[in-house]
Amino acid sequence: MSTAPRQTGTVSPFGLGTGPSGRHPAVEVRDLVKRYPKAPVDSVAGVSFDVGRGEVFGFLGPNGAGKSTTIGILTTRIRPTGGQAVVAGVDVVADPVGARRVLGVVPQQNNLDRSLSVRQNLLFHASYHGIPRARRNELADALLEQFGLDDRPEGRPDDFSGGQIQRMMIARALMHAPSVLFLDEPSTGLDPAARLFLWEKVAELKAAGTTVVITTHDMDEAAELSDRVAIIDHGTVLALDTPTNLVRGMSGERTLDCTVEPDPDGDAGSLGMALGGLAGVRMVDQLDGPTGSGWRFRIDVEGVAAAYVAPVAHLVDEAGARLTDVRLGEPNLEDVFIHLTGRALR
Amino acid sequence: MSPDSAVEEVGVPPGARLPDWGPWRTGVAILRRDLFVTGREFPIFLAQVILQPLFLLFVFGKVLTELGYARPGYQEVLFPGLVALAAVLTGLQSTALPLVIEFSYSNEIEDRLLAPLPVGAVAVEKVVFAAMRGFVAAAVMFPIGVWILGSIPWQASTGVAVVVMMVLGSMLGAAMGLILGTYVPPHRINVTFALVLTPLIFTGCSQYPWPSLDHLRWFQVVSALNPMTYVSEGLRGLMVPYVPHIATWLCFVVGLAYLVVLMVIGMVGFKRRALN
Repeated sequence: MSTAPRQTGTVSPFGLGTGPSGRHPAVEVRDLVKRYPKAPVDSVAGVSFDVGRGEVFGFLGPNGAGKSTTIGILTTRIRPTGGQAVVAGVDVVADPVGARRVLGVVPQQNNLDRSLSVRQNLLFHASYHGIPRARRNELADALLEQFGLDDRPEGRPDDFSGGQIQRMMIARALMHAPSVLFLDEPSTGLDPAARLFLWEKVAELKAAGTTVVITTHDMDEAAELSDRVAIIDHGTVLALDTPTNLVRGMSGERTLDCTVEPDPDGDAGSLGMALGGLAGVRMVDQLDGPTGSGWRFRIDVEGVAAAYVAPVAHLVDEAGARLTDVRLGEPNLEDVFIHLTGRALR
Repeated sequence: MSPDSAVEEVGVPPGARLPDWGPWRTGVAILRRDLFVTGREFPIFLAQVILQPLFLLFVFGKVLTELGYARPGYQEVLFPGLVALAAVLTGLQSTALPLVIEFSYSNEIEDRLLAPLPVGAVAVEKVVFAAMRGFVAAAVMFPIGVWILGSIPWQASTGVAVVVMMVLGSMLGAAMGLILGTYVPPHRINVTFALVLTPLIFTGCSQYPWPSLDHLRWFQVVSALNPMTYVSEGLRGLMVPYVPHIATWLCFVVGLAYLVVLMVIGMVGFKRRALN
């Protein structure tokens, strides 16, 4: 629940960014539109952005925001309704075959060849891309080692864990040395260790100069990995900048995360409204907490957050509930998203 | 090798690719993958394609004839029809089932759709590969025929034409499978197979010559609509020309026309599934 109206007026300070100056962009997208047949609205509604060479570019948004559709267009699997998309200098609509030579894709779902071993998956992928035999053997061995898959190279994909599958798909995508690597929701369903390993690998790729475009609905992931982040919702880029600048755009704002033990007869909505009515409070969001932990509110305030603890406690008391926990926080990317859209990421 | 060195290697701009690499070579590489996988399981593949025609040949060609329920000479009518059946059915099953699975459950086809060749070429490769399987299944009928029936009708003078007709039959089956595999939703594939395969098998003139249906006019018309009829009749005309049959040239022309139409429909279906 949000007591604040949808605030679109805050988009302007961020504006649309461009890649690092003086370098030819790895990805150029102009006014991209996609409307699926019979859909009432555009899934991608006029998106424009550039990704610089060697940049890690994050797409942050909730499910259904248009991230995967945009990636689908850039990777030639979805035909746009309008606009232009160029990857490594190749127009993906006019020359999809040429574009597929220069891009690599790691999809959300396992699409490894189950009839082939791990190593054969890498080798055959390279053969589709015309990598000579000696070179692809060499490259497969190196990538299997680098991704920690060299202990069972002859195993079938079905015998591996989700994290290992993810690594295999990245290793496979790297076999043809793509100029731009697309990772669609790479850490969905991964355990924390596998996620950290993935983050490490993306950092290594970046260090080696590979351009990476990554979609996520996880703000930690976006903040950790990306040089710049595009926040996308309803098919539109709401903001685009470095994570630091996006958060700095929330200047003057602090947050209070409050946990409240509810009054059995009380109503979280009316308490939220009351909190929103406090002077200096910009927005109140009710968050989903762990089951049985009571109500959780995130309160965006102006000025010093600590100054609001007493008035908030007072209001909670008045509502017959009890304040059990307060955390004062700096804003993060999720707050930026909430600020832009009026709702939480998940 | 240090952990970073592979990344560094990979990070360099693509230059490792063969300079003259074109889409057709990618198509051949994909075909090589299919041949590799089938080759590894060749005995299983053979068992899969041989069993049904083997039993049909044994029961209809041997048992019924020896028991006196079928006239002597029926074997000669039956054999070309069963070669056609093996070609068409194996071709069909080799595209339909893999496509349904690869487009829905396994997504395996994505890596090929993301390879540097036109999307339609991936469909063509599927059909070519399925036709190869269909052709092998049809070719294997010859030694089996000799083994079960003692001898098979065969004329050296029409050998090349027989091979061409077997290729055409396999392609027709593969093209029908392309349509089934791309238009039928995954949860309907079982019922569709039952509804399509049985009529296809029994209206394709594999067990009887088409002209002999003169007295069963409606069934003759239905059979004339089945592409397999022209493969059965074509092979009959080439292998047992003394049995009444549809003119061989007409079988080639209608078979080719069907192939073009089925491929166009199948390619449209494939592109609809492959691209959004």
